[in-house]
Amino acid sequence: MELKQTAMAGTMESSDIMVTIEPKSEGGIELELTSSVMQQFGRRIEEVIRETLQGLGVENAAVNAVDKGALDCTVRARVSAAALRAAGQEEYPWEVGQ
Amino acid sequence: MEKRYVKDRLRRSMMFVPGNNPGMIADSRIYGADSIMFDLEDSVAYTEKDAARLLVYNALKTLDFGKKEIVVRINDLASGLGVKDLEAIVPAGVHVVRLPKTDSAQDVIDCEREIVRIEEKHGIPVGSTGMMAAIESANGVLNAREIAHASDRLIGIALGAEDYVTDLKTTRADGIELLFARSMILNAARSAGIAALDTVYSDVNNEEGFLAEVELIRKLGFDGKSVINPRQIGSLHRAFIPSEKDLQKAYAIMDAIAEANARGSGVASLKGKMIDRPVVIRAQRLIALAEADSAAEEE
Repeated sequence: MELKQTAMAGTMESSDIMVTIEPKSEGGIELELTSSVMQQFGRRIEEVIRETLQGLGVENAAVNAVDKGALDCTVRARVSAAALRAAGQEEYPWEVGQ
Repeated sequence: MEKRYVKDRLRRSMMFVPGNNPGMIADSRIYGADSIMFDLEDSVAYTEKDAARLLVYNALKTLDFGKKEIVVRINDLASGLGVKDLEAIVPAGVHVVRLPKTDSAQDVIDCEREIVRIEEKHGIPVGSTGMMAAIESANGVLNAREIAHASDRLIGIALGAEDYVTDLKTTRADGIELLFARSMILNAARSAGIAALDTVYSDVNNEEGFLAEVELIRKLGFDGKSVINPRQIGSLHRAFIPSEKDLQKAYAIMDAIAEANARGSGVASLKGKMIDRPVVIRAQRLIALAEADSAAEEE
């Protein structure tokens, strides 16, 4: 997925995460994360962000995430929304759930 | 084929949960509503439709909602957003798709055609996904019977009053403005053997007004009602629980029937009164409602 512009998704409300994604031409994923539950879940949130971007084929980007206690599914949703917006793309590989 | 939905089940409360609010989505199970309805339509700003769709998709795929019925209200197909919503929520495992602004049977058929296409695309057995139709216009109310019979997937039809009263050139008042629509929708639902669901009561601080409306729709015969605030769920459920006296009478009727059957007699009576078939059906329903209520409480 090719990113074309800086885009955001999510809010600063409790249980949400605000994600900003900026396109970059190289250097992989540069992630800046702040979280109200950094000590307990910081590593897990970072993992979900990186996995989600990898799944969407985003290789280079500067990502800023401000987490307010979001569940994994919310992190995935907000990262995906920000990435799609940054790519100016609507198509998403919807998959069958459990 | 295993369907994701159950046609005949307890639906006293269907709780609206805004589809772009992760906190409310995560907590939605704890409030005890019979059905949870994630909303992608009116509670979501136009610029957030994409984000809400992704949020509800990921929540459906990941979170455990127990035995709750999971409904998603999509945007109408004419907006161009409805099909995009279906592309996400059908594979994610929604039990029932709520179609808004249903004016005709054709609206249901068009929506079902898209669901079939998406089920086939993902290898989901065709027919797994349920539907319900919300009727929100004079045209829809007049077409209620055809709408209710438009698809085998329909679990029920619902009244959406805000748009409807605007279409009628009136406003929400004491309920008289909805009498015809409620009666039509109820009779249409019953003629198709599906659920009839009432509209929301939006003045959440007016408990008395809410209870009066609940009593009215219960007497009319509705299965339940949409709610926008979890505070309304408890009193709504209590209004639908049969009284101990009615329940005892229902058990006595069923005992008398069993006794008559054991005697080989086709005629049963209780306290000198013959028990007619409609009396038996009502007693069976009352017992089923009480049992479903205690099962839901345990969940």
